[in-house]
Amino acid sequence: MSQAVHAPHAHAITSVGRIMATVILALVPATLYGFWLYGWPAVFLWAVALATALLAEAVALRLQGRPARPALFDGSALLTAWLLALSLPPFAPWWIAALGSLFAIAIVKHVFGGLGQNVFNPAMAARVMLLISFPVEMTLWTATMPPAPGFAEALAITFGGASWDAMTSASLLGHAKTELTRGVDLLHSLPGHYALQDGLAGSRVGSLGETASLLLLAGGIFLIARRIFTWHAPVAMLLGVAVPALIANWANPAHFLGPLPHLLSGGLMLGAFFIATDPVTSPNTAAGQFLFGLGCGLLTWAIRSFGGYPEGVAFAVMLMNAATPVIDRYMKPRIYGRDRKGGALPAEQEART
Amino acid sequence: MKLFKLRGGVHPIGRKELSAERPIRALPMPERLFVPLQQHVGAAATAIVAVGDKVLKGQLIASGQGPISAPVHAPTSGRIVALGDYPAPHPSGLPVPTLTLEADGEDRWQAADIPDDPFALAPEDIAARVAAAGIVGLGGAAFPSAVKLNISRKSGVDTLIVNGGECEPYLTCDDRLMCERAEGVVAGIRLIHRAVGSRQVLVGIEDNKPAAIAAMRAAALGTDIQVVAVPAMYPMGWDKQLTRALIGKEVPAGGRSADIGVLVHNVATAYAVYEAIALGRPLVSRIVTVSGGAVKEPCNLEVPIGTPAQALFDHCGGFGKMPARLVMGGPMMGHEMPITGIPIVKGTSGVLALTPAEIGQPEPAPCIRCSSCVRACPVGLLPLEMAARIRVGDLADAVDIGLKDCIACGSCSYVCPAHIPLVHYFNHAKGELTAKEKAKLKQEATKKLATERTARMERIAREREEAAARRRAAKEAAEAAKKMTGATA
Repeated sequence: MSQAVHAPHAHAITSVGRIMATVILALVPATLYGFWLYGWPAVFLWAVALATALLAEAVALRLQGRPARPALFDGSALLTAWLLALSLPPFAPWWIAALGSLFAIAIVKHVFGGLGQNVFNPAMAARVMLLISFPVEMTLWTATMPPAPGFAEALAITFGGASWDAMTSASLLGHAKTELTRGVDLLHSLPGHYALQDGLAGSRVGSLGETASLLLLAGGIFLIARRIFTWHAPVAMLLGVAVPALIANWANPAHFLGPLPHLLSGGLMLGAFFIATDPVTSPNTAAGQFLFGLGCGLLTWAIRSFGGYPEGVAFAVMLMNAATPVIDRYMKPRIYGRDRKGGALPAEQEART
Repeated sequence: MKLFKLRGGVHPIGRKELSAERPIRALPMPERLFVPLQQHVGAAATAIVAVGDKVLKGQLIASGQGPISAPVHAPTSGRIVALGDYPAPHPSGLPVPTLTLEADGEDRWQAADIPDDPFALAPEDIAARVAAAGIVGLGGAAFPSAVKLNISRKSGVDTLIVNGGECEPYLTCDDRLMCERAEGVVAGIRLIHRAVGSRQVLVGIEDNKPAAIAAMRAAALGTDIQVVAVPAMYPMGWDKQLTRALIGKEVPAGGRSADIGVLVHNVATAYAVYEAIALGRPLVSRIVTVSGGAVKEPCNLEVPIGTPAQALFDHCGGFGKMPARLVMGGPMMGHEMPITGIPIVKGTSGVLALTPAEIGQPEPAPCIRCSSCVRACPVGLLPLEMAARIRVGDLADAVDIGLKDCIACGSCSYVCPAHIPLVHYFNHAKGELTAKEKAKLKQEATKKLATERTARMERIAREREEAAARRRAAKEAAEAAKKMTGATA
């Protein structure tokens, strides 16, 4: 194709880098809150994830003979690593973060063709890989009880493999699942373990960034206001979890958690506003995005309620990622002057020329 | 009035404030005018004057050819000094047949044929006068207006829509025209109304032009004309979009506005109709917005057709900054001007000199499927999917998902965060398709010729053989007869 000058001779002030930067900005409050809750180990883990991602991106681009600089500064690798870091247990060893980032960037992103070409969300695919391969490290939840470990202790936790046994605990979803498996129903296992205000404030067991549900929600609303994405996928995903949770909890409160603990637990807020809205791996029409979000939500609820894992956001998102091309094929906007099937609309009057 | 919901559209940075408050001024007559014979959709006009002829302003100098064409008139009085090729108002800047007219400075009109009561003219007569005046769509499409009037009169029009959208950034020529000459515009609309006899007349004006709306409403008082403010959104000036906004109907794919009983004309076209019929003046000038960050004093000028763009820039104080790009038309759909000597034609709504900051076309990045383009497309297409298919050369698949419905409005390219030149892809693909279709036609024609030739050769050989056989038979018969007579003798 020729590189001739072409219309339009004007352009909106926008760029891929600007979009990524805005999303990262929306993640900053939840991240800082996570740092405050969990202290230096969380900071180290986050830093390792980001550094590895940048390195992997540079090497992958070099191997493909593509210029590394523009891609490194577009922020996409940073955002992937950032999301991954937020989904890790804050006291996980450094190599969990490094391996996850490497997998996300080198395998999930670049093997599929780089930015814009990947089928699966890199952060979620990496998290699933880690969860399946290293279930112990990936479920090493830590109770949040400031004061957090000091700098030296933190170094030992992240890089030295020191354990923090005294403070380990189970997440709400994990606790509910374990107790249910043991035959203890929710009416007996939950009291004392769950309080709504903990879920709102994030002062409870969970991943680095996903405990601060309200901050993530605020970040998501900020991004919708900035028109980075539309409400369709996140709202549908939250509905997809909340509606079945409400019905099941109403029918059998001893076996099914209610909508609020579902909404405020695990990676749902992160998933709804920052993962299901990943443009690359989600459908490209509003209706398609709604369907995609709804699928993510329903699958998340189903995995949480009936699956072997206590949390299902990452699995649900990956399953729906795989369905995206199909959704895109069938959910197309109607073209002007045509009906839904693509045929021309009928003329109202015979034009005689 | 209730408006109907639209899909897509963008809100580009308007920059209309650069020239919106500048009243229309007449550009001093340039020494030479370069009047192309093709300024419209359809067949080029044929020159009916010779080099050396003296002409009066408004005199016919080239007549329209065929059913879709428009005549061309002398924009001023003077002498024809050349009929030859001159760079066209087209991105290629390739030369096209052009009449060069040397102004004599008198600017003397030919005797005008003015009817006693323009509003008493027969509809056919109005259309005929519009055709004779060389009026074409002044919104930029440059389709011969009389052709539209005739089609619509025959098929019947329910709604006449007059397009005062002017949704392209920078352009303010229609805005100023409506503010300053609303009476003339309304008179033109009434004439068109009379020519097609529609049930209702709607004038759609974007709500970012309150002064124009007020002026038009005042001028339309006591007439059947309804002036409607429509939301400012690009591409509201796309006739089909305006139609949908005003009456909620869509023109069928591949069809015409007439199919749904609608006729759309631009406000400037309506004004030209008024001038042609009430004042007896054919289309020899138009209002042009001269704007852009590089122009010292942006303004709106009434310009004789054929004036080189350079004269407009000069009149506006020249360039305050070095322009990075010169554009003819609006920034969303206009063409780059390779040189400033290119003449203003009937369809030229603006000439822009843009700075690098205004153009803003950095290097393209990979598509992140953000679907901004899908949200922006007023047609309901999937620009990212079409571009992906075109990139791998799968044109048939791109057509399947709607390439031919693309109107090249540029909304998708405008919003793309990866700065992918989407419209460029689509225009490229459309060009390829046209070339392929042409090649196919040519191939078929060649094949047909070859088969015909074979058949012809076979026929000739057969005929030759038959002739030879006949001759042989005749000879044998003669010999037999000779023998017979010999035998009987």
